[in-house]
Amino acid sequence: MIRVNNRDEIEWEEGLTPAALLERMRYTFPHIIVTIDGEVVPPEEYATRPIPDGANVQLIHLIAGG
Amino acid sequence: MSEKTQATRRVLAEYTYEAPPVERGYTGQTLYVNLSDNTISAKPVTDVMKEKFIGGRGFGLWLLWHGVKDDTKWNDPENEIVISSGPIGGITQYPGSGKSLVVTISPLTDIVIDSNVGGHFGPLLKFAGWDGIEIQGKAEEEVIVVIDGVSGRVTIEEAPDAPVDTHLLGHWLIEQLAEKKEDRYFMSTVSAGSGAEHTRIGCLNFSLYDRKRKAPRFKQAGRGGIGTVFRDKRIKALVVRSGPVRGDSNHPADPERIARVGTRLHKEIHDYDDEQNRMRKRGTPYLVQIMDDYDLLPVHNFKFGSHSDTPKINGDVWEARFTQGLPDGCWYGCTMACSHAVDAYTVRTGPYKGQKVIVDGPEYETIAGVGSNCGIFNPDDILEINFYCDTYGIDTISFGTLTAFVMECYEAGILDKEKTGGLELTFGNGEAAIELLHQMGRGEGFGKIAGQGIRRMKEYFVSEYGADPQFLQDIGMEAKGLEYSEYVCKESLAQQGGYGLTNKGPQHDEAWLIFMDQVSNLLPTFEDKAEALHYFPMFRTWFGLVGHCKLPWNDIVPPDNRYTDEPAKIPEHVQNYVELFSAVTGREITKEDLIAQSEAVYNFQRVFNLRLGKGRREHDAIPYRSQGPVTVEEYESRAERYDQQLREILGLDPEGMSTQEKMAALRKYREEQYERLKDAVYERRGWTPDGVPKLETLKRLGIDFPEVVAVVQKHL
Repeated sequence: MIRVNNRDEIEWEEGLTPAALLERMRYTFPHIIVTIDGEVVPPEEYATRPIPDGANVQLIHLIAGG
Repeated sequence: MSEKTQATRRVLAEYTYEAPPVERGYTGQTLYVNLSDNTISAKPVTDVMKEKFIGGRGFGLWLLWHGVKDDTKWNDPENEIVISSGPIGGITQYPGSGKSLVVTISPLTDIVIDSNVGGHFGPLLKFAGWDGIEIQGKAEEEVIVVIDGVSGRVTIEEAPDAPVDTHLLGHWLIEQLAEKKEDRYFMSTVSAGSGAEHTRIGCLNFSLYDRKRKAPRFKQAGRGGIGTVFRDKRIKALVVRSGPVRGDSNHPADPERIARVGTRLHKEIHDYDDEQNRMRKRGTPYLVQIMDDYDLLPVHNFKFGSHSDTPKINGDVWEARFTQGLPDGCWYGCTMACSHAVDAYTVRTGPYKGQKVIVDGPEYETIAGVGSNCGIFNPDDILEINFYCDTYGIDTISFGTLTAFVMECYEAGILDKEKTGGLELTFGNGEAAIELLHQMGRGEGFGKIAGQGIRRMKEYFVSEYGADPQFLQDIGMEAKGLEYSEYVCKESLAQQGGYGLTNKGPQHDEAWLIFMDQVSNLLPTFEDKAEALHYFPMFRTWFGLVGHCKLPWNDIVPPDNRYTDEPAKIPEHVQNYVELFSAVTGREITKEDLIAQSEAVYNFQRVFNLRLGKGRREHDAIPYRSQGPVTVEEYESRAERYDQQLREILGLDPEGMSTQEKMAALRKYREEQYERLKDAVYERRGWTPDGVPKLETLKRLGIDFPEVVAVVQKHL
């Protein structure tokens, strides 16, 4: 299990990455900052950086709206 | 001006002047025009105006405050329309630097409305010698007001041959007033249309001359019925002409500093826009699919946040429809260039059927408002409505939101064909929506009733049709009398405040906090929400003081923004604004000064509302549709979400509860939350629990002028 945005409990699976997590949550906004246990993940590592079981993940959406 | 022009116009009043040079973003004077007695004069821009009100919306509020009385209504002659850009407005080195701000007393809200708009009018007005224009009075006959900065002449003129609807009038004015081809590049017009005079939701169209398309295009000051005031004053158009715009026309204190900041942002846009929002190719319609993905796109009068047909009207569709490869900036030097258009659209209904026209937009708000919110997923219907709203001078946001309300009333049995004069206004009926719009243009039938806006329709449906007032209050998406803009905020308490705790009514240009709050959970406490509802409204107010567009702030993001302490604020871009203001005016400011500048103007506007009999806690009420599910259909469509909240937040077991019982429990909780939010926000803003700015707040902000204090003291 991982915790997302200090609120949502999400089932963990082997090989889970930020890209897979964003897809699972259907988070399509282009300006999302990902942190894993407080460390910012560069976008080029979204598809490869593993998210460990028990991690605290933040998917920070910047402001949108016209 | 040409012989032809003189032959078709009769000058009622004339004022000659010598345009002063622009110095550090200001000309030092504003133009006053009174249409009742045909007087024209110049007013000095005082130090207080520059220091405390900065420009743009600030200047508008200050001039309007001194022009009206405590009991002035929107259609009284002393009501004014004030247009001003701001000290940064008109620079060409930083994207988004050509905005104009318009203020007046609104026919929808009976308080001050402010609306920002692109196009060239505000900057060209400055380069013609004026930091703003203040129009008071009512003309006896239809007039145009021409400000010719080249010849130093302002005139009030009768122009009986001039058409009213904007797409015709814009061309007519160019034909009549541009002596040489080059003149049209530095002319801009403001106009409304026939719909503005028959409704309370009139908008203003601000032109720019598109050199590639060889035609005028129009951007809209949409919100609050300013176009209605404009037509009530019997104005067909304002026209400004200046000399050629140059890179140093704004005469900034430090042009090299501006160039440095601008170059950095131009490079960001060039390097990252294609992988971020694609503003240069699709503009704000990029938001349509994203809002749907997050259940935030208004569907069927804000009942739902998504729809399976959204791909028919999302950004991919509009990118294919927009004419690509043209520079679509609405002011010189804007490389974000998001002001797209559909060229050669063939109008299929109404008085202009068969004409090939340019449709400016549609923007996100229009697509969501007249599209998904009305259940209309046909792009051609959206274009038809977009075109007619603009040329008739009708706000697409209010039209969309009020039409969605009408459609829900129709489906709920409050309205029927007999009451609508034959219009079957069900969700998804694009043809009926288009005909409703034409009725507004003609001032006929049910369109005339609908054009009064949701607040007045609610009263009418109760008194004339015996409708349930509570149901109408719940589903009528207006607050303070203004229709909501197009985001579902049921699951974001902060955004409920972002709409409800505004000065002018529910327009998202004060704060858009849904992602921070609902999705990212960055605002978990009332204090966090209150801080956001302090900072962001103040920050975004600032764009309207200086003549800036909001979009280059956060619709392009520097790649290292993710490593900053407060990424939601885009700190690098905030610093850009500090640099720009300092470089233009020569007044060194900090990012804290920027907020303080806005806070003074923001609180002044709140006091202005008090002066006009509103502006207290009771006036910050919002409809329940913006807070939670009104109907069983809504609740059950997201039952898993709501049941979970009952269990986890309220400790209730939804098993065994009827949907009505569950809705009632949820409603009680959510309405209490909103009241607690009000308490927290008022405290953070330095207001009393009744929402009145405290005297110490006015003193801290330096706006404790005797007349301002006198208004506040009545409420303490």
